[in-house]
Amino acid sequence: MDIAELLIIPPYSLGGNEKQIILNSFLTRLTRHHYDNCPAYTRMMDGIGFDYNKDYSIAELPFLPVRLFKMFDLLSVEKEEIVKTMTSSGTSGQTVSKIYLDRETSANQTKVLTKIVSSFIGKQRVPMIIIDTEAVVKNRNLFSARGAGILGFSMFGSKRIYALNEEMELNTELILEFLENHKNERIFLFGFTFMIWQHFYKQLIEKKINLDLSNAVLIHGGGWKKLVSESISSYDFKDKLQKACGIKHVHDYYGMVEQTGSIYMECECGHLHTPIFSDVLIRRASDFSIADIGEKGIIQVVSVLPFSYPGHSLLTEDEGILLGEDDCSCGRLGKYFKIVGRLKNAEIRGCSDTYAEKF
Amino acid sequence: MQKSEAVVIPMQKNFNDVEFLFPREFDMDSFIQATPLEPFSDNSIEYLNALSLELNKDKDIRNYPDVATFAFFCRKANILHFKKDFSQQDILRLGRGIIFHIAPSNVPVNFAYSLICGLLSGNLNIVRVPSKEFEQIDIICNAMIKVSMEPKYQPFSSRIALVRYARQNSATAYFSSICDVRIIWGGDSTIEQIRVNKIPPRSFDVTFADRYSLCAINADKYISETSPEKIALGFYTDTYLFDQNACTAPHLIIWLGRSEKIENAQRIFWGNLYELVKLRYKVQPVIAVDKLTSFYNQAVQLNNVKKTITPDNLIWRVELNDLSKDIEEYRCTSGYFSEYRAKSLFELSKIIDRKYQTLSYYGIEKNELIQFITKAKPNGIDRIVPIGKTTDFSLTWDGYNLINTLSRIIEIR
Repeated sequence: MDIAELLIIPPYSLGGNEKQIILNSFLTRLTRHHYDNCPAYTRMMDGIGFDYNKDYSIAELPFLPVRLFKMFDLLSVEKEEIVKTMTSSGTSGQTVSKIYLDRETSANQTKVLTKIVSSFIGKQRVPMIIIDTEAVVKNRNLFSARGAGILGFSMFGSKRIYALNEEMELNTELILEFLENHKNERIFLFGFTFMIWQHFYKQLIEKKINLDLSNAVLIHGGGWKKLVSESISSYDFKDKLQKACGIKHVHDYYGMVEQTGSIYMECECGHLHTPIFSDVLIRRASDFSIADIGEKGIIQVVSVLPFSYPGHSLLTEDEGILLGEDDCSCGRLGKYFKIVGRLKNAEIRGCSDTYAEKF
Repeated sequence: MQKSEAVVIPMQKNFNDVEFLFPREFDMDSFIQATPLEPFSDNSIEYLNALSLELNKDKDIRNYPDVATFAFFCRKANILHFKKDFSQQDILRLGRGIIFHIAPSNVPVNFAYSLICGLLSGNLNIVRVPSKEFEQIDIICNAMIKVSMEPKYQPFSSRIALVRYARQNSATAYFSSICDVRIIWGGDSTIEQIRVNKIPPRSFDVTFADRYSLCAINADKYISETSPEKIALGFYTDTYLFDQNACTAPHLIIWLGRSEKIENAQRIFWGNLYELVKLRYKVQPVIAVDKLTSFYNQAVQLNNVKKTITPDNLIWRVELNDLSKDIEEYRCTSGYFSEYRAKSLFELSKIIDRKYQTLSYYGIEKNELIQFITKAKPNGIDRIVPIGKTTDFSLTWDGYNLINTLSRIIEIR
């Protein structure tokens, strides 16, 4: 089976066993491909004792810590094949991950993202409000995961406006006019969780702006780190937004630049779901064995998409909990899970102070 | 010839945000009035003995083996033993004056050892303790306060000032500007930061930089060891006790002996260690990711690197097929070891550089060790100690005889 065939299947329609069989062979094939084509990956696999001829299950396949993409340029195709290099959204001074995409990988990312998102907002393009400033995509210096995310989701918009100006102030008149022009249509809102809270929600409240977004769908991602420090839970976020502008359909998503496209969308029950293109495994830190349902562990993500770089099986630095498989009350099949947060920095003893600067 | 006055003008005294742990009321002007003393003065030995007794009265000491070890170190008998080794010739020595100690942030009791070196060598001491709060520091401080209340020890106590302040503080500049010797613990980046602050022209720094340590085991001898669990405990103390992050903790294990013995010895050695680590140690989740990352990094950059299969993430073993010069860069913390089978100790001479500090060993004769150093003449390695003894403090550290370094010779003809 190849990606084209997978794309015909609805993204949340395969049960555990069936999905397992498909992913096992898909990912074993990908591992061999990267082994054959990425010299650094070959050395890693030789070191860890990878058996090229064995048919691996996804739980047995080696996984790379995402940090390695900050340390090495990892690619499994010729340099000339690279059409796009994605970088993680590191703040200045931090080293960033570099993800190398060839035409095929990049195109597949778009197709898979379309497949997943359209199952939430419909197949038609719809009027879209981006809750951010256009400067993020215009200014190449700022271009990062945030810009890439906006561009990636922009394809779902028939018409698009940016809700914030360069000073991060709400373009109130523009938004009101846009809503007036698309009165009875479904509106798609997109943005990063913290931006929405900080610059959209807070201004709606402060400036007492009245928007009717009861017919809109909001998709947001980027993580909760900053909101956790303001003690805003996912429930508060949805509840307050609904009270402020009537929005009822709010979906968080979990994704990362190292596996663009195969994102994990939050369903109506508040659970993140694995589509058929990717999967999540929760591992125990003590020995990297698979954690039980309900047990906290380190999140591993696997995806069928990464072909031009060896990022098909990654160990993240996030902790999560698997909630169940194939039995979420929203009706979607596949595993569903939740994020606990980033792994805590280590507190270690000893006289050396170089630890923090090592990676 | 006329000489101009000291180039470095003492900085403005500004003790805002400086916490004086000892004494509570500090007067800089009277502090610097005290004169230097000869090394191992009776007063210093009596004072440390009193401190040792006082520490042993504190019930909390039972929870802190590191404080107990320190108290044991301060006993009169132990110090006299050091004095005996020291008393050479008829050389006249006095302390250099004021020592400014900057203690490492992650080892609670280290400041106290640094302090006793300053006291025994006859100096006045300003000690910056870690800004992070540790119970051990409170215990030692309390004991010092109690000892200082006895009239007998009051004058000697006034040779000590313990301060605590956050990293960015003008106090470092001030203390640097008046000290005769500045002792900087904590590693390369701390040294760099502290050195921004000038010291007077005749003063100097004693620095304890980042170091790399290793361990050599003679397998032929090891397999007949009757209590391998004791050796494991010693190795645990050398490594896991400080998260394998002390400069003395070995990262590279060198196996010597016949290869069929080595395999057997490795099985016994790691097996015994594992039993201990399983009971006493927990790997933090982010460290598990660190170990995996370190391994892949090592596998990419060095040739022929293999992970040895272990039951879990407590002990990571990496098998090397050759010794690369930059092996010291491939390390992690909390139980990550590279292993190499060497034909003889002399194979190490190609990797040892100035960064190398402690070589711990098992089953190697002292003679062989002396032979190795005198023949190979390595640029690094300052200490060679049996497994289990790497963290034992000694008045000789990192190649410095601290008493000699912190005192000056007065030549009289």
